[in-house]
Amino acid sequence: MTPLGPAASVKPVDTELMEVNLGPQHPSTHGVFRMQTVLDGETVVKLKPVMGYLHRNHEQIGEGISYIASFPFTDRLDYFCSMSNNLGLALAIEKLGAIQVTERAEYLRVIMAELTRVLNHTAVTGFLLNDMGAFGTPLLYAFREREKILDFFEAASGSRMMCNYIRPGGVRVDVPAGWLDRVREFVEGYPRFLDEFETLLTNNEIIRQRTQGVGVLPKDLAVNASATGPVLRASGQAYDIRKADGYSIYPRFNFKVPVGSVGDVYDRYYVRILEIRESLKILQQALKEIPEGPSASPKGAALVKAPRTFRPPKGEAYGRVEAPKGELGFYLVSDGTPQPYRYHIRSPSFINLTVLEDMCLGQKVADVIVILGSVDIVMGEVDR
Amino acid sequence: MLPAPEELKTTIEQLLPGVTLTVEGAILWVTPANLPAVCRCLKETERFSLDYVADLTAVDYPQDGRMDMVYHLCSMAKRHGPVTLKVKLDRNNATVPSLTPVYRGAEYQERETYDLYGVTFEGHPDLRRILLWEGFKGHPMRKDYVVEDQDAPAPS
Repeated sequence: MTPLGPAASVKPVDTELMEVNLGPQHPSTHGVFRMQTVLDGETVVKLKPVMGYLHRNHEQIGEGISYIASFPFTDRLDYFCSMSNNLGLALAIEKLGAIQVTERAEYLRVIMAELTRVLNHTAVTGFLLNDMGAFGTPLLYAFREREKILDFFEAASGSRMMCNYIRPGGVRVDVPAGWLDRVREFVEGYPRFLDEFETLLTNNEIIRQRTQGVGVLPKDLAVNASATGPVLRASGQAYDIRKADGYSIYPRFNFKVPVGSVGDVYDRYYVRILEIRESLKILQQALKEIPEGPSASPKGAALVKAPRTFRPPKGEAYGRVEAPKGELGFYLVSDGTPQPYRYHIRSPSFINLTVLEDMCLGQKVADVIVILGSVDIVMGEVDR
Repeated sequence: MLPAPEELKTTIEQLLPGVTLTVEGAILWVTPANLPAVCRCLKETERFSLDYVADLTAVDYPQDGRMDMVYHLCSMAKRHGPVTLKVKLDRNNATVPSLTPVYRGAEYQERETYDLYGVTFEGHPDLRRILLWEGFKGHPMRKDYVVEDQDAPAPS
């Protein structure tokens, strides 16, 4: 055997950068989304998101139809959270047309919006675990619970996911008899599921290894880059539009805004778990206090029957809600006709992607998948 | 609490000599050249602390030959907002300084506005189409954009 020469005579191996496209057809991208990455070995040195595969120019469609006719289209923005999307548009239209909302409808809206948050955060935790390689089991646990909430939505609105339920002035139809009792029972039982879920995940050694210190987003960058929702709060900024704007009847409820400290993937996971617990608190209070009464104000109910009679005065309105993914805003400009002159959507998934590259630089390519999963995007909303 | 638009105007005009704003209801009109300075002032003055741009878009008015840029600035630190800034542009030569150096959050929103409205943002680090593909002709959110009828029979 020939002995190896001294180390000094060995030439260093040349390496070169490699371009890899993750997506658009990739199980981790939650839809059709592409990340153009440049890799040095396994380390990411550049990452550019490519989107628009689902673009249908929702805003242009909205400018050609009446205000109310846009509601079914908003269901398809973030198709996990159609109730929150409906609420965002309803708030903007109410601002524009000065429409009052009935007391019972306000409670029903809050109940629907918070059920949506519970549903979204549970499901996204399941997806995140799927991205980490825990195939199936955590996701199915999450989906079992999600299905129960979807049953409630189906009973109230007639549809599991495309609810099309909230209207300016109230909601489309009151909930059926016994619905509130069934939701109460569900809300009482949910912490038990959450405790079980957390036993499996929160202190799990493998999950901590995979997520702690990965994809760190510093607080000042998160603020400057308009990140909102759990992505922002995991970085330590306690900003929640339910508290900041106090829209609907949120100021009446007692709840906290959970924040993270590091801003890594683990914090984003854990902030969501804590937010579910806060949402359950709001639900308990709302289900206790909900009054009897009409489910829509007279003006709102008339609008549902004859949508093209609604001609708001000239002007503009920016209505926003804390959707499960972040700040969902609707900017409407009226010129006095039945259609909006301008209909713009500020979608949280789209804007939260601005900092994706910053979170991924210097990380391993396998971590990119986990980081994207922790940002929580839905392509229907990104591409609009 | 956020000061009233008139008070915002006088404070900014005191802090930035040579800058004039116009108040119209709740809207502050800014000239294109002054936009980054005004935004920087609103962001860095402690009382306002408008630390992020919540929403940014354009509105097209072909009958007046103009295009308005609309900015909604909000504050996470003070939990107030939005303040609405508007900039009037000539729609045939819609150019405005980019806000990305001040607010990183403007980056993708400006790319979207460039893509759909054809507004050019000077100083943007990476101004490319974002939702539509490279090589797409025109800007579909402009009011005079003609949608191609894909069901129409091919000309014979």
